[in-house]
Amino acid sequence: MKALHGFAGFALRRTLGAVVTLLAISVIVYVVFYAAPGDVAQITCGPRCSPAQVHQVAEQLRLDDPLYVRYLHFLQGVVAGHDYSTGTSVEHCSAPCLGLSYQSDQQVTQLILAKLPVTGSLALGAMVLWLLLGVGTGVLAAWRRGRLDERILTGITLAGWATPVFVIGLLLMVLICGQLQLLPFPQYVPFTEDPEQWAWNLLLPWLSLALIEAAKYARLTRSAMLETLAEDHVRTFRAYGVGERAIVGRHALRGAVGPLIALNANDLGSLFGGAVLTESLFGLPGIGRELVHAVNVVDLPVVVGLVVLTGFFVVLANAVADLLYAVADRRTVLS
Amino acid sequence: MSTDGTLVEVTDLSVGYGSVRAVDALSFRLERGAALGLVGESGSGKSTVASALLGLHRGTGAVVQGTVRVAGVDVGAASEAELRRLRGGTAAMVFQDPLSSLDPYYAVGDQIAEVYRVHHKASRRAARARAVQVLDRVGIPDAVRRARARPHEFSGGMRQRALIAMALACEPELLVADEPTTALDVTVQAQILDLLHTLREETGMGLLLVTHDVGVAAESVDDVLVMRNGVEVEHGPVATVLGSPARTYTRRLLKSVPRVDVPRARRPAEAEQGQEPTSAEVVLEAVGVRRVFGRGARAFAAVDDVSLQVRRGEALGIVGESGSGKTTLGRMLVGLLDPSAGQVRREGVAVRGVRPDVQMVFQDPVSSLNPRRSVGESVADPLRARGERDPAVRERVLALLERVGLEPAHYDRYPHEFSGGQRQRIGIARALAADPRVLVCDEPVSALDVTTQAQVVELLDELRRELGLALVFIAHDLAVVRQVSDRLAVMRRGRVVEHGPADEVYESPREAYTRQLLAAVPVLDPGLAALRRAERRELTVTQM
Repeated sequence: MKALHGFAGFALRRTLGAVVTLLAISVIVYVVFYAAPGDVAQITCGPRCSPAQVHQVAEQLRLDDPLYVRYLHFLQGVVAGHDYSTGTSVEHCSAPCLGLSYQSDQQVTQLILAKLPVTGSLALGAMVLWLLLGVGTGVLAAWRRGRLDERILTGITLAGWATPVFVIGLLLMVLICGQLQLLPFPQYVPFTEDPEQWAWNLLLPWLSLALIEAAKYARLTRSAMLETLAEDHVRTFRAYGVGERAIVGRHALRGAVGPLIALNANDLGSLFGGAVLTESLFGLPGIGRELVHAVNVVDLPVVVGLVVLTGFFVVLANAVADLLYAVADRRTVLS
Repeated sequence: MSTDGTLVEVTDLSVGYGSVRAVDALSFRLERGAALGLVGESGSGKSTVASALLGLHRGTGAVVQGTVRVAGVDVGAASEAELRRLRGGTAAMVFQDPLSSLDPYYAVGDQIAEVYRVHHKASRRAARARAVQVLDRVGIPDAVRRARARPHEFSGGMRQRALIAMALACEPELLVADEPTTALDVTVQAQILDLLHTLREETGMGLLLVTHDVGVAAESVDDVLVMRNGVEVEHGPVATVLGSPARTYTRRLLKSVPRVDVPRARRPAEAEQGQEPTSAEVVLEAVGVRRVFGRGARAFAAVDDVSLQVRRGEALGIVGESGSGKTTLGRMLVGLLDPSAGQVRREGVAVRGVRPDVQMVFQDPVSSLNPRRSVGESVADPLRARGERDPAVRERVLALLERVGLEPAHYDRYPHEFSGGQRQRIGIARALAADPRVLVCDEPVSALDVTTQAQVVELLDELRRELGLALVFIAHDLAVVRQVSDRLAVMRRGRVVEHGPADEVYESPREAYTRQLLAAVPVLDPGLAALRRAERRELTVTQM
C-alpha cells in the first residue's frame, strides 16, 4: 500500500510540474510573438486598408490593451472559452479557445483539430516503425558486437541518421513511386474513410522519418545493452548457465528500456507539433504545413496556438514517459 | 559423472591475460563434500581460479592452459551445452558484491526461478515455488512475499542470502564462493558463514571459498591453499597452515592479520613516558550532536545525541556496522556536514565548516584523488589554497611525500600509477599538508590487503606520536581499530552505546551489542572458530 501511495504522490508531483512548465511556455511564446515588431493590424487588414479601417481592426483585436491583459484574456479563453462578435452574430469559441485566425476568422482550435489527425497518423506510424527498426538493429548490434555484420548494420543506420529527410524521402518517392511504380505518389486519405489507403499512402512518409530516427534508437539501444552486458548481474546469469539469448533479450534489453522511453517521448512530442519537412515533402496537410503557412502570413493567433500546442505535446509526452519510467524501474519513485 | 570421490581436479592450470600470467601451473583436488579455501591478497589469482572452474574465461580472450575437471566434466573441452549444464547445475557460484550481482529490474524470486528453469523442466509456477522454498531455506523471513521484491528492497545480507538461495536452487555438488562476505558487516558475515556451514552439513556439497581474509577461511574450510602472484605458496589442512605455517610468506600474511584478541602493541618509549591521555588538552569535541537526513515523515537521525572528546595525541576508535552513523559523525567532526543540533568544538570553541586543523583521510584512495592531476599537485592543494607559492610549496610537498614513505620522484606521477596502499599514503600526505592537529580517518584501510593495511596503520601511528596528532579512526573492522586506538566508541543506530578505554571495551564489554560484535569477528584458530560458532548460535537463540 505504501508503494502505491508513493507512486500516487509521484504522479501528482509530476503532473503539477507539467502544468507549471506549460504555463511558463505559454507566457514566453505569447510575449515573444506579440511583442515582436510589426503592425499586426496593418498586416491583418491588408495593404489597401485605410488608416480608419486599420484602427478598427486594431480595436477588434484589442491591440491597444497592455500585453499582460491580452495574455490573461488569452489564458481565460484557454480555460473558459470566449464569445466573439463577428459584426452580425455572436460566435462561441469553447474552451480550450486559442483565439481566432486573423486571416480566415476561423477558430484556431478548430483549425488545429482538423490538422491533428494527419500529423498524429504520421507521428504514431513512424514511431512504430522506428522502434522496430531502431531497437531491432540495436539488439542485433549488441549481440553481434564487433563482427562484420554488426559494423555494416551500424554503418547503414549512421548513414540514415546523417541524411536529411528531404533526400531520403525524395529518393524513396522517385524509386518506389516513379521508377518501380509500386505505390502511387502519397496523398493523404483519412483513416476513417479508408484504413487501407490511409496506410498505403502514409507508408513512404513513415519510412522516411523512421529511417532517420532509427539510427538514434539503434545507438542508444546498443550502448545501453553493452553497458548492462558488462555488469555483474549478467556475469551471475552466465555463471548459472543461462543462455546468451535470454541474457541479451531479457536482462540486457531491460536496461535499455528507461533511456528508450525518455528519448521516444521527446521525439514523439515534438513530432506532434508538426513534422514540417516531411509534411511539406509529401504534401500532407498536417500541423507542420499549417505552421509554415501561418508564419508566412503572420497569423499570430495560429502561430502562438501551434507553438503552445507543440509545447503541450512535448511536456505531456515527457510526463507520461516519467510515469512509465517509474513503472519500469521502481527505484525511481523512491528517490 | 565420475563415481570416485574427487569433485574438482585442477592440473597445471595457467591463465594468462595478454602478457600477464594471473595463474601459473596450479594444481589441486577437492574431494566430494570437502571445503577448500583459496587465500591470497589482491592480484594473487585466486578469483581467476574460481572463474576457471566454471569455464567463465571462455570467449574473454584469456589464455587457459592445463585441465580443470569438475564432477567429471573437462571444463576446457566441454561443449557450450555441457558447460551450461555444469554452470549452476553441478557447480554454482556466489559472488562478492551482492548488490550488483542480481538484476535490479526483476523480482528476486523470478531470477532464482529463471535459473531453476534453465536446469530443470518445470513450469513457471513450480519454479517460483522452488524459489520461495530456497529463499526460505536460507533464512529470508516471509519468503513468499519477499520473493516478489526487487533486489534494492533487500539489505546487503539478505541479497547475499538470495544469491546463496539461487546457488542452492539446483542442488549443486559444488559451491564456489568468491569473497562472499567481503562487502558485509561483521555480524552479517558471521551469519552468512554460519549459513554456508549449515548448508554444507545438510546437503554434503563441496565448497571452494575464495577469500583475502584468513579469518574467514579459518571459520569455514577444511583445507587451505595460500596463493601469491598466481602460484601456490602453501597447501594443507587449515589447522596446520594457519597454526604452524611452513613458508615465510604465510607467516608474514598471518602476522599482518589484525587480531581482535591481542591488545595494541605499545611503544616502550610511550609506556615510559606514561602519557595519561585523560590529562592532555581536548582538541576536538562533539557536544550532543545530532544529524537528521530527509524531511517530514521520512526524516531520520543518522547521528543522535552523540558527545565525544578527542585529546591531543590520542587515538579514538569509532566502530559500528553500516548505517550506524559513524561516517556521518566523522564528517561532522571535520566540518563537511553541519550538525542539525548540538555543537562541534575545536579547542573549546564552537565552529562550523572545514578548518585546516582538522583534516580527513578518506576510505577510497582511488576516487578521492583527481585522476587528471599529478599527485604532487593534489597534495599541494591545501598549501596553495593558503596562498603559499613555489618553490616553498614544492619543497614542502616533497618532504610530505617522503614522510609518508613515497619518493620525491612521485610528485609528477598520476594516481593510476600507484597501488592502493600508496594512494592511501598520498591521501594522508594531502591531509598532513594543512598542518592539522586532528586526522579523521574514515575506513582508511578497508580497501587494502592485510599486509598493506598493517603498513598504513603503522604509518598513522607513527605520525600520531611524532607530530602529536590526534587520530579519529573510523572503521567497521574491530580488529584493525583495536590495533590503533587508545579509546573506543561503539556506535549503533546513530548513538554511542559503549565508550571507554579500548582494552577495557575489548576485554570486558558491558553492552550485549558489543559482545555480539566481538563474537562475530572471525578468529584464526579453526578450533576456536568452531567454539565461537556454537557461542553465536546460543547468542541468537537467547535473543529470540
